[in-house]
Amino acid sequence: MTTTTPTATIAEPTRPAPATPPGRRRRGPRRSTPLTIAMLAALAYFLLPLCWLLIASTKSTQDLFNSFGLWFSHTPQLLTNVRETFTQDDGVFVRWLLNTVLYAGVSAVGAALLAAAGGYGFAKFRFRGDRTAFNLVLGAVMVPTTALAIPTYLLFAKAGLVNTPWAVVLPSLVNPFGLYLMRVYAQDAVPDSVLEAARIDGAGEARIFFRIALRLLGPGLVTVLLFTLVATWNNYFLPLIMLNDPDLYPITVGLSSWAAQAQNGGAGASSDMLALVVTGSLISIVPLVVAFLLLQRYWQSGLAAGGVKQ
Amino acid sequence: MRRQRAAGPLFVAPFMVLFLLLFLAPLGYAAYLSLFQERLIGGTAFVGLDNYAQALSDPQFLHGIGRVALFFVFQVPVMLLLALVFALALDSGLLRLARVIRLGIFVPYAVPSVVAALMWGYLYGPDFGPFAQLSRELSLPVPDFLSEGWMLGSLANIVTWEFVGYNMIILYAALRTVPEELYEAAAVDGAGAWRTAWSIKLPALRPALMLTLLFSVIGSFQLFNEPKLLMNIAPDVISSSYTANLYAYTLAFTGQQVNYAATVSFLLGLVIVIASYAVLLTANRRRTS
Repeated sequence: MTTTTPTATIAEPTRPAPATPPGRRRRGPRRSTPLTIAMLAALAYFLLPLCWLLIASTKSTQDLFNSFGLWFSHTPQLLTNVRETFTQDDGVFVRWLLNTVLYAGVSAVGAALLAAAGGYGFAKFRFRGDRTAFNLVLGAVMVPTTALAIPTYLLFAKAGLVNTPWAVVLPSLVNPFGLYLMRVYAQDAVPDSVLEAARIDGAGEARIFFRIALRLLGPGLVTVLLFTLVATWNNYFLPLIMLNDPDLYPITVGLSSWAAQAQNGGAGASSDMLALVVTGSLISIVPLVVAFLLLQRYWQSGLAAGGVKQ
Repeated sequence: MRRQRAAGPLFVAPFMVLFLLLFLAPLGYAAYLSLFQERLIGGTAFVGLDNYAQALSDPQFLHGIGRVALFFVFQVPVMLLLALVFALALDSGLLRLARVIRLGIFVPYAVPSVVAALMWGYLYGPDFGPFAQLSRELSLPVPDFLSEGWMLGSLANIVTWEFVGYNMIILYAALRTVPEELYEAAAVDGAGAWRTAWSIKLPALRPALMLTLLFSVIGSFQLFNEPKLLMNIAPDVISSSYTANLYAYTLAFTGQQVNYAATVSFLLGLVIVIASYAVLLTANRRRTS
């Protein structure tokens, strides 16, 4: 698992020219209280379900049904819930968590590197068929991944890849939008003069890419990495159809199977699965939220490049 | 310089090879499968476009497409308008706590749709959901978010909740790249905040808006996760063919109708590509006129 290494190598913000000019000056110090209040009201809507989740994960299944949804019950038991979530079915939840980390990590790193190399290749080199190939990929942005999933399943079934981790990782490695984003980004972020200078110094193309270009592509790379990470971490449809061994499930498929179990447990309160579903949900969203918060300055400037040019 | 010319294809090759294997091959395979039918007698037979004819007159498929089209028509404008308003508000520099607000609105994007659907499913609950509890407390009629009439709206709310922040960030990032000189020039010309928003910010946002619109078309038409999850708690309202994607899934995995499932997937992909082009063309025509 090398989830962290690529992000670490581009940690120094050797930001070139493009996208967000850092610390752009803002007009006037006037602040609007009505506007702030309106936006805080909007914020409440976005945080409401998360507050509910936080509160609900402190409750027993019994209390989930018998106490007011948006306030704590008399007998909070967050730690009990967490412990039970981790130990239910011989710790299958931990297994799902590790699977998710593995699938999402490998997919994100792989997809980001493939997109970076490809985008750099399309942006900085002219060769026969480059336009056609790029347009083919650009057109593929419109092909929806879920409409592709069933055909992929059928093909993988023929190849004997179904019900293996490959079935989830391989399709996630190809990210046409990521390639597009990296091409746009590489155009500006890697100046031709730098490449020329490195070539005159006798550096090989591979060395130039890994030592120089990849660094300059940092924010774009983090953007693709992070968004593929989220897409794979949150993916449900693909693993749902590809995997039928619970030991291979990622967290989304696992949680939904628990949720179905909680539902089938009959009269709600009698089954205690619901508390585990809720607590498991909370645990499953923490890593991504943290990743977004920590890496925000990178992904935001990366997104800026993709959203502006077309 | 010959070495340099060879390098381009080499950088592009890994992506393109996987792209061919994992993107174009499944599409081709689906197209191939969709031309066959499994017969009780005589095994698999070539039937030409029969499956397509069947799908195009299949009420379950057509209703599924119709439902997501309706969903698209009212959910996407609301979502993008909200994202636009939030992005403009954040960029105006008039907000206190702007950072907190921006990240708070974006956070739902990091939540898996499975978890989002589970949370909202509980909040919607007619018996123990907090909205129902509050309504009963206040002796108001209890809203039944999971009923036939409300369901599409309830799904739209979940999707909106998940993706407003994502779209907002794309638009906001685009706004941040508008050169400061443009604002200064506008101010010199006596433009107010509204005029600046209308004449400078909106045109600058056009590519970003197109991007978010395109993603929204693709996202709406392949709606699956949210209805699949809410199906658990409202099986009478959400059928196994509620959306086109859910129908394809049902055909492949409970009906074992592999060839027909491939046809439906392929047609759904086609519908999305056509809808995307239609949306892009309409939006572009508006620009030139």
